[in-house]
Amino acid sequence: MPTYEVVIGLEVHAELITQSKMFCACSADFFGAPPNTHVCPVCLAMPGALPVINREAVAQTIRAGLALNCTIAEDVRFERKNYTYPDLPKGYQITQYELPQAVNGWLEIDTPDGSKRIRITRAHLEEDTGKLVHENGVSLVDYNRAGVPLLEIVSEPDMRSIDEVNEYLTRLRQLLIYIGASTGDLEKGAMRMEANVSLRPAGSQELGTKVEIKNLNSFRAVRNALAYEIARQEKVLREGGQVEQVTLGWLEHEGRTYVQRTKEEAHDYRYFPEPDLPPLHIDRAWVEELAAGLPELPRARRQRFVEQYGLSRKDADILTAERAVADYFDALVAAVGDAMPPKKVANWVMGDLFRLVNESGLPISGIPVTPAKFAELLKLLAAKTINANTASQVLKTMFRTGEDAGAIVEREGLAQVSDEAALERLVDRLLAEHPDEVARYRAGKTQLFGWFVGQVMRETRGKANPGVVKKLLEGRLAEHGQDE
Amino acid sequence: MSDLPRTIHETRQWLRSGQITSVELTEAYLERIQQVEPQVHAYLHVAADAALAQARLADERRAAGEDTPLLGVPLAIKDVINVLGMPATAASRILEGFMPPYEATVAHKLREQGAVFLGKANTDEFAMGWSTENSAYGATHNPWALDRTPGGSSGGPAAAVAAGEAPAALGTDTGGSVRQPASWTNTVGMRPTYGRVSRYGVIAFASSLDQVGPITRDVRDNAILLEAIAGHDPHDGTTFPDPVPPYSQMLEGGVKGLRLGLPREYLTEDMHPGVREATQEAVRVLRDLGAVVEEASLPYTDYGMPVYYLIATAEASANLARYDGVRYGYSAGAADLQENYKLTRGRGFGPEVKRRILLGAYALSAGYYDAYYLKAQKVRTLIRADFDAAFQRFDALVAPVAPIPPFRIGEAPTDPVALYLLDVLTLPSALAGAPGISVPAGFVEEDGEQLPVGIQFIGRPLDEATLYRIASAFERATGYGERAPTDAAM
Repeated sequence: MPTYEVVIGLEVHAELITQSKMFCACSADFFGAPPNTHVCPVCLAMPGALPVINREAVAQTIRAGLALNCTIAEDVRFERKNYTYPDLPKGYQITQYELPQAVNGWLEIDTPDGSKRIRITRAHLEEDTGKLVHENGVSLVDYNRAGVPLLEIVSEPDMRSIDEVNEYLTRLRQLLIYIGASTGDLEKGAMRMEANVSLRPAGSQELGTKVEIKNLNSFRAVRNALAYEIARQEKVLREGGQVEQVTLGWLEHEGRTYVQRTKEEAHDYRYFPEPDLPPLHIDRAWVEELAAGLPELPRARRQRFVEQYGLSRKDADILTAERAVADYFDALVAAVGDAMPPKKVANWVMGDLFRLVNESGLPISGIPVTPAKFAELLKLLAAKTINANTASQVLKTMFRTGEDAGAIVEREGLAQVSDEAALERLVDRLLAEHPDEVARYRAGKTQLFGWFVGQVMRETRGKANPGVVKKLLEGRLAEHGQDE
Repeated sequence: MSDLPRTIHETRQWLRSGQITSVELTEAYLERIQQVEPQVHAYLHVAADAALAQARLADERRAAGEDTPLLGVPLAIKDVINVLGMPATAASRILEGFMPPYEATVAHKLREQGAVFLGKANTDEFAMGWSTENSAYGATHNPWALDRTPGGSSGGPAAAVAAGEAPAALGTDTGGSVRQPASWTNTVGMRPTYGRVSRYGVIAFASSLDQVGPITRDVRDNAILLEAIAGHDPHDGTTFPDPVPPYSQMLEGGVKGLRLGLPREYLTEDMHPGVREATQEAVRVLRDLGAVVEEASLPYTDYGMPVYYLIATAEASANLARYDGVRYGYSAGAADLQENYKLTRGRGFGPEVKRRILLGAYALSAGYYDAYYLKAQKVRTLIRADFDAAFQRFDALVAPVAPIPPFRIGEAPTDPVALYLLDVLTLPSALAGAPGISVPAGFVEEDGEQLPVGIQFIGRPLDEATLYRIASAFERATGYGERAPTDAAM
């Protein structure tokens, strides 16, 4: 039985973040708006209407191209892709075909065998279509989305497993969100995927016949459709059959693909240069300006977190997954300064802070505990003014009220008791009150040590300096033993 | 007729002096329209109420001290140009009754300057034709010989101006559609440089060729009107940012010392002798005026026709895809989507439009693209180079406009290729994006009818000023344009 290697390439459509649509002044922020309220003569393709290029969308495309290590084309041309469908008002889509904005790049992903570069064939700019709504036996068209700028990112068939596909999509989405090119909001349709997949005998260099799967609107759909399709192709091949070159759709609810069209039915899009738009010349200086304006990209940031902060790669990955989190962490570490090692700061962020953020549902950029406030708390902890237990409690209050750590500690009298004399009196009293436990401890039941610590903490409402308590208890319990 | 000012600039004098108000003028034109329309059929829509409202507004603006060249001046607008409050049909069934929700930049500019829109003038369907016979709403008749065509596709605007139904009009020229009807109606028609005038709101035929141009009774009016509509438009990415020269103040200066080229390829063998004579006579006049007229050569002239009919139809095949019965215009109302597409477009488009959509889609289709569309684009570059080379030597070119005088309605050549050859003299300059102006150059007699003939001057891109200067000198020396058709004919 031969084993088969899976070969997968992806086309990802991402809606770009811009004020207005690709070719008109209509707001591109259409989600949830009543149907056909974000429309004008241009995006409705009224007779005589003409497109004009949205410079912001071109800028976003260039930024994405740069982030994907692409070559940015200086001469770009829009073309008409002709086909007929009610959601396509002009009867053609304006897109980049022969001269795309960005070519020959790559995106680095993690695999169990280390880093891997997935090559990017091209990233180009085009316009989105409207949306069909089927209701009560009739079909309605909403053109709010028609003309929204869309970035199409085409990869080479470089992925060899569904895990790699998932990693590629996750990293691509992360990158686009990082640079502010797309919201990456899959639920709102801001990213839509198409996959092409083929199988070949392991070790073979030739590509098998590929099948294209369209309309994949979530990463889960991509995974499920690929799993289904890989199993189907493998079965065909094992039975000695041949995979047919087709375009498939994916029925999420039924968990199966269906044939949309065969090779013979392939569209002839009759591409030709868009005569309404002059060819675009991209100024080098503009590209450099856009490159300079790019933020630190996730992978570089992760590497820096490892090197500069001494974090594990796993922790660095978690803390750089979202730009806002990484920004928060950078600011926090800077504010904490030498008071606490970044590794410990990271544990506070990934533990207590993440829990509170998740519970609140707030974005990290919008929480009341700013990096400066959090730093103040961590400094109190580092200075042993409060202990870890108290810090955790104070953080909760800060999150709820937005108060400063110092104010809460002072008002509630939470400062840690490190006064040895006071603690000594307390320890003595406790040991005197619990002679049985003391006897048992001395008889060898040393696990009781924790119980004694707990008693001290209870008496001090958690404020006792655990180090001091430990030292005193160890001393006293041993002392008594020597006495007798 | 005789009690009205002949031109825009005369009209301005009348309005200034209070000899007439814009309302009176508009009423007079509406009356004239009523009188001759049954014979001429220059208009598809006469907007009497809207025109009078605009005229009243213009009179108020004048009373308030405004005095711009077009304030209160009535105009006819070709029905491929969107004007608010008036239907825009492009003479097609598929846009029957369509009211545009926005206005073309040119119409908006004219409205701002106080012009009055009398109505929408006839055209070949989607500006595809030579005679207005392809209009879904009936052909326009030539005021000089009612059994003949005024030419096309801007036959409606040209006939309206010739018949005194408007002092001036806006047409569009894709491959000759302003110049050819101007030459056949004894009017002045300018096709500006591609990109000089905004196409926003102008129903597209062929995007890389369409240009709006004025049709007027004299050269000065033409310059006034172009000045009013030209210029950069943020809604049209193909417009030039260059400032618009004051054309109407650049008419003097004559042609003395100007070098004019007469392309030998344009004097074709099958040219009507009357047209040939008028051209030779025009050359004599220009030489008498001091111009240096020499033979020029545009070697790729013969390719103009095939190149044009590949590129223009390819663009049209996409431009007309939006007429699908989904959002506006005619819809067959079939329950099935595919069926509705077929019926809507099958019934909505006329035969010439269908022919061009098919031709264009074919030229773009896989396997034929390189041989047709791409090759045509390459040859278009060579045609442009022809003109560039000629303009190294010459300040402008002088040439006939149409190889024959207006033919009788219903007697157009039946072979489409023969028909397509009618605009061989206007296509190449359109492909080159160069401006061209047609000016009255006399009359030929055919079957006892006096038929107008024009001469065209073709200039360097963005050098409309030189064309106006030549045309103005020629007009002053000849005076053909002052002749109007007799009312007896109408």
